[in-house]
Amino acid sequence: MTVLYQLINGVQIGSIYALVALGYSMVYGIVRLINFAHGDIIMVGAYAVWFLMVRLGVPAWAAVPLAILFSSLLGMGIEKVAYKPLRNSARISLLITAIGISFLLQNLAQVVFGADPRMFTNLFPGGIPFGGKDLPYVTVVTVAVSAVLMIGLSILVSRTKIGKAMRAVSEDKDTAQLMGVNVNNTISFTFALGSALAAVAAVLYCSSYAQIQPTMGSMLGLKAFVAAVLGGIGSMPGAMLGGLLIGMAESLTKGYISSKLADAVVFGILIVVLLFKPAGILGRGVREKV
Amino acid sequence: MGGVKKIGEPKRLFSSTWSRYLLNVLSAALLCLALVYLSVSRAITPYTSSLIVQIGYNIILAVSLNLAAGFLGQLPLGHAGFMSVGAYAAALFTKSMDLPAMLEFPIAIALGGVVAFLFGIVIGLPALRLRGDYLAIITLGFAEIIRVIINNLEFTGGAIGLRGIPRHSTIAWSFVWVFVTIYAISTLIRSRHGRAILSIREDEIAAEASGISTTYYKVIAFAISAAFAGVAGGLYAHTTILLPSNFGFMKSAEILVMVVLGGLGSILGSVISATVLTILPELLRGFKEYRMIVYALVLILVMIFKPSGLCGRYDFSLGSGIDRVFAAIRAKILGKGGNAK
Repeated sequence: MTVLYQLINGVQIGSIYALVALGYSMVYGIVRLINFAHGDIIMVGAYAVWFLMVRLGVPAWAAVPLAILFSSLLGMGIEKVAYKPLRNSARISLLITAIGISFLLQNLAQVVFGADPRMFTNLFPGGIPFGGKDLPYVTVVTVAVSAVLMIGLSILVSRTKIGKAMRAVSEDKDTAQLMGVNVNNTISFTFALGSALAAVAAVLYCSSYAQIQPTMGSMLGLKAFVAAVLGGIGSMPGAMLGGLLIGMAESLTKGYISSKLADAVVFGILIVVLLFKPAGILGRGVREKV
Repeated sequence: MGGVKKIGEPKRLFSSTWSRYLLNVLSAALLCLALVYLSVSRAITPYTSSLIVQIGYNIILAVSLNLAAGFLGQLPLGHAGFMSVGAYAAALFTKSMDLPAMLEFPIAIALGGVVAFLFGIVIGLPALRLRGDYLAIITLGFAEIIRVIINNLEFTGGAIGLRGIPRHSTIAWSFVWVFVTIYAISTLIRSRHGRAILSIREDEIAAEASGISTTYYKVIAFAISAAFAGVAGGLYAHTTILLPSNFGFMKSAEILVMVVLGGLGSILGSVISATVLTILPELLRGFKEYRMIVYALVLILVMIFKPSGLCGRYDFSLGSGIDRVFAAIRAKILGKGGNAK
């Protein structure tokens, strides 16, 4: 029975990782950038919900969509201001800029909201009796919402016009532009979409872990990134699969080995994957032309 | 002074290698003596002298990361991991030994460097098979693992930290190690091996095609960079309490900021930016909260407007600097175009 609970926990946190990993993967696929600031968008989303609900007294049904909207606007804004001017410069500059943005968001939050953790109310209290214990609603909602979002995203990418544009731009930016795809809008849309998913992940994550603080995004973001690499960065089914696997691995380590070593195990998985199959489980290898 | 006209062939004072070495060693020794004299004679307060020690290890960190990031052209994001390894090795050594400080401290620092070097080889061998973003991520992963392990070991003091480390780091010692670092890395870069390292930065495939063992040079350069991070860690350890949480991703990124700001591939740039970025927060003590915001903004703005950093790849040589000053004076005295000699 405990195994089952560990696995359920794993699926829950894994779905959150998967949502965040999708953001990393989409952005990497389209602009070849590891968006270090993505983890901090989660933090911003969490603080936005907290601020709207606790400080302004906005009800949850309005606060959550507003926070998602705010996060996607922020994600788009960051891309326009910081990444777009560097689109044609060295990749290392872009990566360092992303680290800079991540620093900036964390420290702004620290100045605005203080470094102390804030309490986040569970938006989905209660649970269903299940096998002698209560299965919290949060878990059910997390898994359900993630599943719906992932299916929706798959349809969006494979069936709609903007999805086709996204695939075209990630395949070849210049050719896509020649074919009449508006590359700038497509990139903006990708950032907005990724940030919106991060904000959803923030709400789900904070509902079950109850605390928010300015640095919460960095570890969560790094683990989600590991998930994206494990599944194959740039591949969307890969991000989902990677997220679930990382969630399971973490949950089982916590349950059966040591809760302190969970982070080490996650990064250990990252290193093993990078060494033996750098393209990830479902990723495509890139050959270098001389 | 870049625009000085070449006047015939003016006699250069420091044309031979040994004369430049002599000049550099002498001026470094003089500067060191001056600083030590100032600290002994109480002309600078203990606060200032601790700040100078801090500048010292930050310079070592920046210059050593510059070897891997600026000269080798890779992007390691785990420099704080190597720093922590060196710091703990050195601190555990001095804590367990009962030797006089003059003897045990240099051994401890060297030990920190050696242990970090070994870690650099062990981590570098697998990690350097990857490049670009993936290398950045894998080094970050290794550094996080090091931190988690230190956090959970008994003999490192765990999350409470390692306390009671003797405060051996003085101005003189930190100066000596800064000198050793800069000397070692700048001579390495100017050597045959250094050219091999630079060629990997320019084009790895072409370097390999020219018969350079790229794996060997990448791992060695990476491990030397790690070793000096360990040295800096040793210096740092003997000023304070060691806490694993101080060696996280933030610390690695902070070192990277120094290197990028100074210019990837410029030792002078790293020295200047490490110095400025250490002093600046102290001057802005009232704005401590805003320090990191300023850091972040500076980093972003530099990347957007001057991606090569303050100094680009320019480096300074004392010998030719003095020669150029003399050449300029000579040109002034003899008048324009005065080829009188």
